[in-house]
Amino acid sequence: MNADTPAALMPRLRHMGATVLADHGMLLVLGLLCVFFSIVTLDEQTPVGGDAAGQLVRRLSQIGDEPKQLVIVAGRGSDEDAFVSALAEGAATAGWSVAGISQGGPRDARMSLEAFAATDRRVEVIALSASAGAWGVFDGLESRLPAFADATLLRPEPTRWPNFLKATNLLNVANQIAVIAIVAVGMTLVILTGGIDLSVGSLIALSSVTGAVCIRDVCGGQAAGTAGMVVGAAVGILICGLAGVLSGGVVTLFGIPPFIATLGMMLVASGSAYIIAEGQSINQVPDAFVWLGRGADLAGLPNAVVLMLVLYAAAHIVMSRTTFGRYVYAVGGNAEAARLSGVPVRRVMLAVYVLCGLLAGLGGIVMASQLKSGAPTYGQMYELYVIAAVVVGGTSLSGGEGRVLGTLVGALIIAVIQNGMNLTGVESYTQKVVLGLVILAAVLLDRLRSRRG
Amino acid sequence: MVSASPPPLLEMRGISKQYPGVKALDDVGLTLERGEVLALMGENGAGKSTLMKVLAGAVRPDAGAIFLDGTEQQVTSPVDARGCGIAVIHQEFNLVPALSVRENIFLGLEQTTAGFVRRGDERRRAEELLRRIGVAVHPETPCRRLTVAQQQAVEIAKALAVDARIIVMDEPTATLTPQEVEKLFAVIADLTQQGIGVIYVSHRLDEIEEIADRVQVLRDGQVVAVRAADQLPRRELIELMVGRSLEEEFPSRRQSVGEPRLVVRGLCRGDKVRNVSFEVRRGEIVALAGLVGAGRTEVVRLIFGADQAEAGHVALDGQVLSIRSPRDAIRAGICLLTEDRKHQGLILSQSVLHNFALPNAAHFVAAGRGFTGWGFTGWIDQQRERDAFAGYATSMRIRANAAAHPAGTLSGGNQQKVVLAKWLESNSEVLIFDEPTRGIDVGAKVEIYGLMNELAEQGKAIVMVSSELPEVLGMADRILVMHEGRITGEIADPAAATQADILSLAIR
Repeated sequence: MNADTPAALMPRLRHMGATVLADHGMLLVLGLLCVFFSIVTLDEQTPVGGDAAGQLVRRLSQIGDEPKQLVIVAGRGSDEDAFVSALAEGAATAGWSVAGISQGGPRDARMSLEAFAATDRRVEVIALSASAGAWGVFDGLESRLPAFADATLLRPEPTRWPNFLKATNLLNVANQIAVIAIVAVGMTLVILTGGIDLSVGSLIALSSVTGAVCIRDVCGGQAAGTAGMVVGAAVGILICGLAGVLSGGVVTLFGIPPFIATLGMMLVASGSAYIIAEGQSINQVPDAFVWLGRGADLAGLPNAVVLMLVLYAAAHIVMSRTTFGRYVYAVGGNAEAARLSGVPVRRVMLAVYVLCGLLAGLGGIVMASQLKSGAPTYGQMYELYVIAAVVVGGTSLSGGEGRVLGTLVGALIIAVIQNGMNLTGVESYTQKVVLGLVILAAVLLDRLRSRRG
Repeated sequence: MVSASPPPLLEMRGISKQYPGVKALDDVGLTLERGEVLALMGENGAGKSTLMKVLAGAVRPDAGAIFLDGTEQQVTSPVDARGCGIAVIHQEFNLVPALSVRENIFLGLEQTTAGFVRRGDERRRAEELLRRIGVAVHPETPCRRLTVAQQQAVEIAKALAVDARIIVMDEPTATLTPQEVEKLFAVIADLTQQGIGVIYVSHRLDEIEEIADRVQVLRDGQVVAVRAADQLPRRELIELMVGRSLEEEFPSRRQSVGEPRLVVRGLCRGDKVRNVSFEVRRGEIVALAGLVGAGRTEVVRLIFGADQAEAGHVALDGQVLSIRSPRDAIRAGICLLTEDRKHQGLILSQSVLHNFALPNAAHFVAAGRGFTGWGFTGWIDQQRERDAFAGYATSMRIRANAAAHPAGTLSGGNQQKVVLAKWLESNSEVLIFDEPTRGIDVGAKVEIYGLMNELAEQGKAIVMVSSELPEVLGMADRILVMHEGRITGEIADPAAATQADILSLAIR
């Protein structure tokens, strides 16, 4: 019988479909979400700064080859400055000479135009920045000032572009999710061993508080230098590592289920954070403390996002290329078989809880830096978002199956949904419902995949 | 159409089932008469279990029909199957451990009044069913306290509780002791007396001769023979199953036994292992025989460090070892091929290659790029890993392209070879095989035996735990028989011994 008859082909197609869905399903979902939100947030964008200047230069060069003159009118501010300087430069390259530049309010513009009209010079084009283009000064200009009768008014034309896809928005999405994504690296390891860590949200708070308190009380408060801040951050992170040692120790030595052990740690850490902070938010940190959370030193990428990407790259390599990575999967796949194959199961389990604690601590420091303070209220419910990111990313809660990079995709899915709903004006209660449904759908996909196996 | 004789109890006609890439069943038929035991034979992957899943309503065939008493029945779900009087007793039982025998028997068919279970009625009926199959368990005992044989009896009682007329038993004797097997056979004989048809799936050829009326052999999804059991000699049956003629079932070996390598002295652990001492010499295969529960597996787990010994020690080549974990044992050159490959030997969801490399991390860590202080750091050189496995795959005839597939997709024989490859790579000098051929089909068994012989010839020391007496007699140089945690006897010349000799030492 021929294998290519429709009856034989169907199961194979279905099998292929399931394979694609299982291996790249979440990436596909992320892509579709981006396309969806790009379409619904499509909007008129009036270019500003260099973009606006570029557009006007293109239109200037279409007006003619003969050297001509233009006047530039713009408001004040960094965008406007950029607009003026880029346009002046671009126009000069295109062969135009800039007859005058006016920066300021509508009054300044009128006065400079009148002053210019008083001279006997002619201009072909008055180039307006986006903000200047909205001023009423230029209505009926040719009748009031005959000197400008032949002049063309050039305003930046609005273009259609999705609000979602604007570079600032995309960076914002990444920056918003950085803390959750960083903590989710550790959570992925824990879940891969078949465990769970409910304490990460509280550890974020504990780390932000201990870090901030350390900077305030030991390292000189607002006058603390780089070294002082590093010490503060290290203390916060190490405290959380210690919490990981405790959770992991309880799980491995006494066989307490991870759910219970880390539930206890969650309360301990949260309470400790309140005690250390005396219930207050701690803001006595230097201004430079926001470098990690708000700075953007590498090609405009926020530092927190760079840190997140570096951590994912490192975790991916560790999980796929080192013995430790293999052992984590082995312990999650079948702990008894792993033990009988000589895997140091307890040490591996202890290590993942410690790593998870350290990364939660790092997340707390990033959050403290973003908000320029530490507070015991930080990270509430974050454990659930972190677990959701891991699960949506395709890691099986029963352990042994999943990928670190999948978690990054999962975190981005959550971030994109939240951001997209913000942009489209969905209220926050509805957002929760939608997020919950997405998590359920992800678990459903996990089921479909395990049925395939 | 008028037929002279009444239609058979069960007739399956033209059953076909296609899975992606493999035709599991191709136009397979099967008939079962009232009061008959039909043995369904075939290697792993021959289609036996798919056929039985079709009968149980768990798998929907692409083509074919099922007739009961000559009428066509739609069996599309397990509930349908139960309604038709078809009961399947799987190798792994479907009992809820925390529930009592009675509750398990009536699970899903509780006899209730206004939502309340009529416990008295259920108990009386459960007692009657248990009496019918001659089992002495109290209906209120939780199932987790039962022995394997008793659990099996509860499964049979469950089948009878729904008035099953067809009972399928999948490898029912795999974990039973010889007496329990005898008892099961008596129960089966009793069932057939009552007109129940039994389909018996097993790898054990001896049992087939003893119990089956007819034998149906499947190979590669097709029926290759249906014969009366007494007209099918053992050798021909094996050849029908394997599809080629076999050499000796137990290949012969050049014997050259040398000095003692593994020396075990005074091992104790609770009442499972009591003062066990023995030694295994270079090139020797020593079998630990005895009933299930005699403590054989417990002994080898102590040697391997999977459990902690309370007293005693193990020495290899004259050196006393301090073994506190499997890790220590592996480092010392001792390995254990567990009886339960699926749960203890392999990580089924992960690739064959990763399973192979698991205990051998140190071999594949790229030179100079790892430190082993914690025991789990180091870069893996994946090419070295693949090359090493490819060597074993060729020499052991492991299925081609197996490396990247999840270990769970391999047949039992290939799985066992992967486990063996992983231990050979870790330079094991003492190889402990616990039930080396359980769940492995006839053709692959011979290959495993061949590999064991080869290893013995290379001078390794081999310990074999086995419940299959022909295997013990055919493979071992020396047999140690255990009973209730002690070594109760030794058979120095297995060639001259019989199964009865072993049993007499095992039972006492």
